[in-house]
Amino acid sequence: MTAKVEIEFTLNGRPRRVTVPADMSTLTLLREELGLTGSKLACGEGECGACTILVDGVSQNACLMFAVDCAGRDLLTIEGLRTEDALHPMQRAFVDHGAIQCGFCMPGMIMQAKYLADTTPGLTREGMRRGLEGNVCRCTGYKKVFDAVADAAGIDG
Amino acid sequence: MSPQAKGTLDEYRAPATLAEAAEALADGKGTVLAGGTDLMLQAEAGKTPYRGRLVNIRRVAGLRGVTEDGGTIRIGALTTVTDLLNDPLVAEKAPVLAATADKFASSQIRNAATVGGNICNASPAGDMILPLLALDARVELASWRDGALATRTVALDGFFTGPGATVKGPEELLGAVLFETPPAGRTARFVKSGPRPALEIATVAAAIAMTVDGGTLRDVRLALGAVAPTPLRAKRTEALLEGETLDGDLIARAAETVAGEVNPIDDVRATAWYRKHLVTIYVRRLLQDDGKG
Ligand SMILES: Cc1cc2nc3c(=O)[nH]c(=O)nc-3n(C[C@H](O)[C@H](O)[C@H](O)COP(=O)(O)OP(=O)(O)OC[C@H]3O[C@@H](n4cnc5c(N)ncnc54)[C@H](O)[C@@H]3O)c2cc1C
Repeated sequence: MTAKVEIEFTLNGRPRRVTVPADMSTLTLLREELGLTGSKLACGEGECGACTILVDGVSQNACLMFAVDCAGRDLLTIEGLRTEDALHPMQRAFVDHGAIQCGFCMPGMIMQAKYLADTTPGLTREGMRRGLEGNVCRCTGYKKVFDAVADAAGIDG
Repeated sequence: MSPQAKGTLDEYRAPATLAEAAEALADGKGTVLAGGTDLMLQAEAGKTPYRGRLVNIRRVAGLRGVTEDGGTIRIGALTTVTDLLNDPLVAEKAPVLAATADKFASSQIRNAATVGGNICNASPAGDMILPLLALDARVELASWRDGALATRTVALDGFFTGPGATVKGPEELLGAVLFETPPAGRTARFVKSGPRPALEIATVAAAIAMTVDGGTLRDVRLALGAVAPTPLRAKRTEALLEGETLDGDLIARAAETVAGEVNPIDDVRATAWYRKHLVTIYVRRLLQDDGKG
């Protein structure tokens, strides 16, 4: 029998207490136990970034993070980004630049872009491109994505 | 995947100290969890079956960070690849580790992946292992013996015994990797191939450390990845280079020697023939210091 572990953590600003199997991923916890399906399951191997969330402000692939390791941490998912009455500026920029086709990769892109903007003083366009290497879009190019992120992160040119 | 192949996890521990962690592993029935970037997938695939108890070491105090004391640099097992990329001490004293971190996976993976996990996973293509081998690093292994915490130190060269296999027992925890602070004038470089800069498991990777003393090579260390069952120190090539003057002829002989020293395989990323060819090019590049690394 796989051990079940009770954990407490903060999710999108609210305290949560759940019991999870020791081998469950954080992505499964979010999507299947807590009903937050904004973080996407695509490759399930850490290659595509569609499941990117912030843990204590640091981006991670939720598909590779053990749910038990959420204990005591502060998680932010795409669902927690907007306020009651407005989208987060990064979300707004993606809308304004039309940086979306099917949209499946967008939650992860936006979370990773927010991480880069929050944690990289003097972020450059090249730094942004490198920082988004772990986020794959299969519909189209990345130009509009880069334009959106550059806009929201205040990168010139 | 049958449940047997995945192993069992009927217990979970999240120790707060090294002693507690060692105690949780004492019976050899613990599986260590660090960043999880290898473990999650390998356990699901049945490659690293769970041993019964998941021992999450992420809450163990004092295992993260880079420090220098008495001429020795110590990197805690939980130091992430992102930490190495941003650490001022690394940038000043061992920049080859930051250069390697820059070629490692993606931002998200670097944020989770630990140095201890990269070493203990013991992949022949583990990137961070190579500059550490070139720096003559050693690892500290902690265990619980006769009711107390015991530590032994093992050279990284000799730590690996096969793909995914090391001399570390299942009851042992890697606590830190250490090496002497490289003296002024010592150079070290890392090169890695793959069709794109990010998210590549190396087709071939290599690291070198050497001192060029008035044109003469001293204390050459050459470590190669993905060309043998374990990360490899190319000792015949090192010996060939030692005490010699770096010139075109020496570089050509080094490339020839290294080709005879590796034992690569064919896999989805490359053929053995291609890997052998590539490794000769990388050795030339590392020695020529042409800045393309
Ligand atoms: C998409 C992707 C890209 C990747 N790219 C690269 C790359 O470019 N280069 C590269 O080298 N690797 C790469 N990896 C592999 C992986 O990220 C690294 O090997 C990483 O450093 C593993 O560290 P971790 O903390 O996540 O280890 P874990 O997954 O937590 O552990 C790995 C193994 O080591 C054991 N272990 C961990 N820490 C200790 C310890 N302190 N003591 C004893 N045992 C321990 C675990 O039990 C497990 O068997 C990639 C992985 C993915 C998913």
